[in-house]
Amino acid sequence: MNQAVMLLYYATTAFFAAMMAWNFARAKDAQKALLYLVVLMPFVMRLLRLK
Amino acid sequence: MKKSEQGKTLIAAKAAGLVAWAAVMVFAGVAFRQHRAWKEPVVLGPGVTAVRSLHEWFAPLKGTENDCNVYVLDSGLPGSTILVLGGTHPEEPATNLAAELLVENAKPTSGKLLVAIHTNRSASTVTRPGEAYPQFYSIKTAWGQKKYRMGDRSANPLDSWPDPETYVHYPSGQMLAYMDIRNINRTWPGRPNGLLCERTSYGFMQMIRKEKVDLVIDYHEAELEYPVIGTIVAHQKAQEVAAMVSMDLSASQFRIGMEVSPRTLHGLTHREIGDFSDATALLFESPEPFLDRVRGATNEALLLTGVDEFVQRAGKAGLLYWPIDEKGWPIEVRVGRHIATTSKVFEVWNLLYPEKPIAVDGLPGYGDLAAKGVGAYFADPASVAKDRVAFE
Repeated sequence: MNQAVMLLYYATTAFFAAMMAWNFARAKDAQKALLYLVVLMPFVMRLLRLK
Repeated sequence: MKKSEQGKTLIAAKAAGLVAWAAVMVFAGVAFRQHRAWKEPVVLGPGVTAVRSLHEWFAPLKGTENDCNVYVLDSGLPGSTILVLGGTHPEEPATNLAAELLVENAKPTSGKLLVAIHTNRSASTVTRPGEAYPQFYSIKTAWGQKKYRMGDRSANPLDSWPDPETYVHYPSGQMLAYMDIRNINRTWPGRPNGLLCERTSYGFMQMIRKEKVDLVIDYHEAELEYPVIGTIVAHQKAQEVAAMVSMDLSASQFRIGMEVSPRTLHGLTHREIGDFSDATALLFESPEPFLDRVRGATNEALLLTGVDEFVQRAGKAGLLYWPIDEKGWPIEVRVGRHIATTSKVFEVWNLLYPEKPIAVDGLPGYGDLAAKGVGAYFADPASVAKDRVAFE
């Protein structure tokens, strides 16, 4: 059960990371694009199991 | 600006942003990875007869970050079995250093010692960059600097995630803060199907029962703003031992208090080990100004010297529960308090339970440790055979 919940959290993290990357790619405003990159950092760190 | 030029500018800004992002990710990622993977060598002293793993008492821990080493120092003669826990909270370095000092120097002549240097090993693989904690600290020795991971109070979220909204302690049902599910000193006596720290506590309880441990000593450090400091917290079964040790040490070496474990505060070693096994338990607290909220620069120097002008000022204003002066609370004094208190516990234990003695040679006295430093008692891993070195 604990494992299943943890996997769901990783799936959620991957979903938000993908959305953030998608938003970055489609952004028409440079400032917003940079903001998406900054927000993306912790999601990628967790997916790579670094932090 | 034309549309095509705007598009080119946007692409250039995004490319520059991506390069900067990748650089930050690599820099931070390498630093986090190096910290998590750092191995601390431990030279097995003359008393060490075996190095076991916690999973030998509870198999599901095998392969987890908390499958810590358990050092066995067996005299081969009858007597008490005593378990010493270092690194319950790895942001309290005097605890793992004192446990390591035991492993490298202690030689039991009756009874048996079991020592865990990193009780919550996972918590030693993460630190608090947001609070400016250093990633590492080093202890000066005669053969060079010995480098250690600086840890956190709770297990690494990489190993135990997510936390519950509210942590309900098993079996008491007491409600605790969500992050305390990763604080191993809130998860005793543990449960076999819980989260990582609950399983780790359960593994230690299995060891305590199977090895017929008589006494558990849990090393800690505390901020000077916290009332439980410079003291021994005792399960009621160990009241006599703690009281005699407190009186003797306070009269002869340094001030140390004694208090009885609250019966309704759950999850802690000094409560649950005594309640759920035949063993009894003591918890030692030494002063660590690094943990005080009013501290100034948070760095390795503060961690090791315990000197901080803001904590001193708080002391002068009467806001602390423990004294501090310009000498601070250096690491050798803090480790010295733990080792001297442990030695005195053995002495008093033998007076009260002569039929189950514990006698240990090789431990430095408080004065020697404070004068020579902790590093004087750590051997060079390069100077001994490979099979006499373990890694934490």
